[in-house]
Amino acid sequence: MPAVPTSWSGSDLTSPVRRFAGSLICLERIDELKSIHEADGQIFIGSCVSHTKLMENLLIQKNFPLLIQAVKVLGSPPIRNMGTIGGNICTASPAGDTLPPLHTLGAIVEIRSIDSNRLVPLKGFIKGPGKTALQKSEIVYGVWINTNQDYNVCHYEKVGQRKALAIAIASFAALLKLSESGIIEKALFAWGSVAPVIVTSQEAEKMLIGKPLTAESLKSVVPLVEKAVSPIDDVRASAEYRRMVAGNLLFRLLQYGNHGST
Amino acid sequence: MKIFFVLNDTHTIIDVDPDRRVVDILREDLQLTGTKEGCGSGECGACSILVDGESRLSCLMLAAQLEGKRVITVEGLSVGENMHPVQEAFVEHGAVQCGFCTPGMVMATVDLLNRNAEPTRSEIREAISGNLCRCTGYQKIVDAVEVAAKAMKNEELRMMGKDR
Repeated sequence: MPAVPTSWSGSDLTSPVRRFAGSLICLERIDELKSIHEADGQIFIGSCVSHTKLMENLLIQKNFPLLIQAVKVLGSPPIRNMGTIGGNICTASPAGDTLPPLHTLGAIVEIRSIDSNRLVPLKGFIKGPGKTALQKSEIVYGVWINTNQDYNVCHYEKVGQRKALAIAIASFAALLKLSESGIIEKALFAWGSVAPVIVTSQEAEKMLIGKPLTAESLKSVVPLVEKAVSPIDDVRASAEYRRMVAGNLLFRLLQYGNHGST
Repeated sequence: MKIFFVLNDTHTIIDVDPDRRVVDILREDLQLTGTKEGCGSGECGACSILVDGESRLSCLMLAAQLEGKRVITVEGLSVGENMHPVQEAFVEHGAVQCGFCTPGMVMATVDLLNRNAEPTRSEIREAISGNLCRCTGYQKIVDAVEVAAKAMKNEELRMMGKDR
């Protein structure tokens, strides 16, 4: 039973490990933690699935293109070869690239210890930067995502200082269900890097329902988004810039405006 | 801790602390100083090696993770005095200036060409996007990778012709 820190692949550990006295358990060779499979209308992604394997997986490509969009811009090719989804979740960075898409997709985290097994929605799992609901002697076994996702538009975008190896200044994941005439029937949004945890805005989502996907509609919810976020100033950007970008990222959805109408 | 692995096609046994970084073991214990340490935090790619054929960062890997793996460092690419086609292309096409990023760039390129024999320029840029170079501006590196891809393709065709 791990009474000591566990790691999924260790890619975010070697710098601190030099100051860390004690034992580490590496989980990367446990086969069942590397599995992606479908069961009862859900897809399970084991915590030790690397980002590269996730991107290459046909089940994920078919069901969750939003997650693929996010993982494609995570780190760099060797980072994606080494880093895992479990590591990205448990690092609980506000800038974690898989977190906004996993939020909008309603991912459930499966936590296991030697004698227990519990399921926690991702939203409740992450408590703050670097803080999770994980107790001593527990590991994240994997995540479950419902395949019955009712949307026809998905968008992930990271605003960083450069293209590769960028830590998000702000990130945005969106799922929309648009009617044939371009009316928003359903909207799910999540923002990263603009608060201690991933930000959602049910108010904004609700307000858009029944409206056409136009700049005007989106503009009407920007104040709600700006209210929902609580960004900080850091080396990468100012709080004010982050707040502005979080709202403006909504307008990227306009590119999908003609969906179904042709 | 005793660790068994295959390093540049040679069975290797080392007895090291399991929490030492792979880059330190390669450079300090095994004197394979071709692998460079730039940032030590996974952001520059200078320490790239191939582990079971996949590019990994040796500064983010601990010794215990080597057990049973097949590792190739830049020293393992040349055969005797003959450079690997990727190395040759880098030299011929001015892809090397100070040379510090070169081993990592070469490893990332070998990884790419193993998966994709005819990459486009944008695929090349994507493949080396985890490797920083502060001298060349990348243009000549991308040129060299294109040349290496062609050279390897031609070599493969020549070998296939010989087989017939």
